[in-house]
Amino acid sequence: MNSLVEVSGVSKVYARGREQIEVLHHLDLQIPTGDFVALMGPSGSGKTTLLNLIGGLDVPTDGSITVGGERIDRLSEGALARWRAAHVGFVFQFYNLLPVLTARRNVELPLLLTRLSAAQRRRNADIALELVGLRDRSAHKPGELSGGQQQRVAIARAIVSDPTLLVCDEPTGDLDRQSAAEVLSLLQRLNREHGKTIIMVTHDPKAAEYASHTLHLDKGTLVEHGELPLP
Amino acid sequence: MKYLHLVLSALLRRKTRTIFTLLSVLAAFLLFGLLDSVRSAFANAGHDIAGVDRLVTVSRISFTLSLPKSLLERIASTPGVAEVSYANWFGGVYQDPKNFFANEAVAANFLDLYPEWQLSPAEREAFRNTRTGAVVGERLARKYQWKLGDKIPLQATIFPQKGGSNAWTFDLVGIFHENDPKQKDQEDVLFFNWDYFDEARAFGNGNVGWYVSRVSDRKMAARVAQAIDMLSVNSDHETKTQTEQAFQASFVSQFGDIGMIVGMIMSAVFFTLILLTGNTMAQAVRERVPEFAVLKTIGFSNRSVLLLVLAESVLLIVLGGAAGLLLAGVAVSALSVSIGGALPMLPVGAPIWARGLAIMVLIGLLVGSLPARRGMRLRIVDALAGR
Repeated sequence: MNSLVEVSGVSKVYARGREQIEVLHHLDLQIPTGDFVALMGPSGSGKTTLLNLIGGLDVPTDGSITVGGERIDRLSEGALARWRAAHVGFVFQFYNLLPVLTARRNVELPLLLTRLSAAQRRRNADIALELVGLRDRSAHKPGELSGGQQQRVAIARAIVSDPTLLVCDEPTGDLDRQSAAEVLSLLQRLNREHGKTIIMVTHDPKAAEYASHTLHLDKGTLVEHGELPLP
Repeated sequence: MKYLHLVLSALLRRKTRTIFTLLSVLAAFLLFGLLDSVRSAFANAGHDIAGVDRLVTVSRISFTLSLPKSLLERIASTPGVAEVSYANWFGGVYQDPKNFFANEAVAANFLDLYPEWQLSPAEREAFRNTRTGAVVGERLARKYQWKLGDKIPLQATIFPQKGGSNAWTFDLVGIFHENDPKQKDQEDVLFFNWDYFDEARAFGNGNVGWYVSRVSDRKMAARVAQAIDMLSVNSDHETKTQTEQAFQASFVSQFGDIGMIVGMIMSAVFFTLILLTGNTMAQAVRERVPEFAVLKTIGFSNRSVLLLVLAESVLLIVLGGAAGLLLAGVAVSALSVSIGGALPMLPVGAPIWARGLAIMVLIGLLVGSLPARRGMRLRIVDALAGR
């Protein structure tokens, strides 16, 4: 299977005052297209940093990152923004929906960067909401939805522009077990039925069970690769 | 336009704060509209006057000093002068001092020099033949519901009658009409016969306030003015002759530099507005740092975020400012009717709107620039991590 994500010799160093903190050490990683990878590890192990680098939210101090054949570590800030808009969907732990917008308007946000007409944007947003089972809540604002529903709206926003890659940072970290199961099932369905490549950071071994692979990070280094039975 | 809902929803995020900010902007631009209306009226004084072929001769020392009536024939015989008349400020009060309007004693031929004032031949004749006759502008007549034949009592503030009485009564024999809608304030005046005034007043007899001359060729106006002033050079009543337009402009300049005064007041008002709305915008952006981080995460460029904040800031100021100018327009119309010509005010028209809109956009850009820069420059990973 072709690699969608290739991380090669990546290091990331942050400056905290005079101190230099190396969060990732010469990390190598390949994630095939259509994979669902869970990134696990203790706090401070560099999971979110790695996710941010793969998602093009940050750039490595050293090494290269290639996604879909494109060296994203070489892109300028503007080009990286355009690349994210076209290729990556993001799901955060705290949903990060805009509270003043309805679910539909939140889902439409990435489409504002496209040339689609208002009617097309609305139609695509409705399709994405349908896919996450919230078509009937499209006119509700985030404050009127449960945590699980908000996260499903966030997933709809992440997939509405049909990105190749979904990066999810603790998507169930703020949800009860039932809502978490619904969200994870949804991600699994997106992976299996729609071919989305998903990289998910999680602390929860139960959540990791939904992934097809698990990577463990510790102190900025990959310590083991786990292949889990499908739940 | 596709981002408009984002901008509007950002403004409606904290409705109370937005309403109070809008009210502050509204108040500032209401004040701007009113003051700019006055400033424009002073700045335009005389510019639209129809008779560019008229010269006004006043005392060189002060407009308030009289000139001898003996100058009349000498001015009339000056080459280039087609006709000359004279007038005197009266300064009478109708019923109450707050009922201010101009009232002047004028020579019998005075109205002939102002063909733009429409007065029927019969009324013109009646004015000439009625010793206590008076004519008023249509707007003034309408304001006080005067009609022909009415007796109009004025209380003198400068010129008592010979018997010591300040009560002067005039018979309304004519109502004139100004055709130019921009010059309707010319109708806020009462004229009465100079002969009656000069005979009855207790002092100053034989002197006139100013002369008005019509030149036979407007191109010769400067030379004729010079010639008129030469008539009294080195006398105790030296004159200053200028076109009516220049005279009006110098007359209003006696009130001080209105433009500078208005400018200073508005600078203070707008400076306060900039601080207030700047703080509001800074707060609004600070609260939404994680949201801007999300926008940038999903692909909004730095420039898009910058423009969103600037648009929000400009829209806030333009909404409040436009409401303020609309209100100023209503207020100016109401004030013009209620105070008559006591304070010149131009309608809040296109020039004031254009200036106002330019200031709104400028202030909007100014107060939005720093918060917008902050939104633009935020690092996504830091903002998402709450750092």
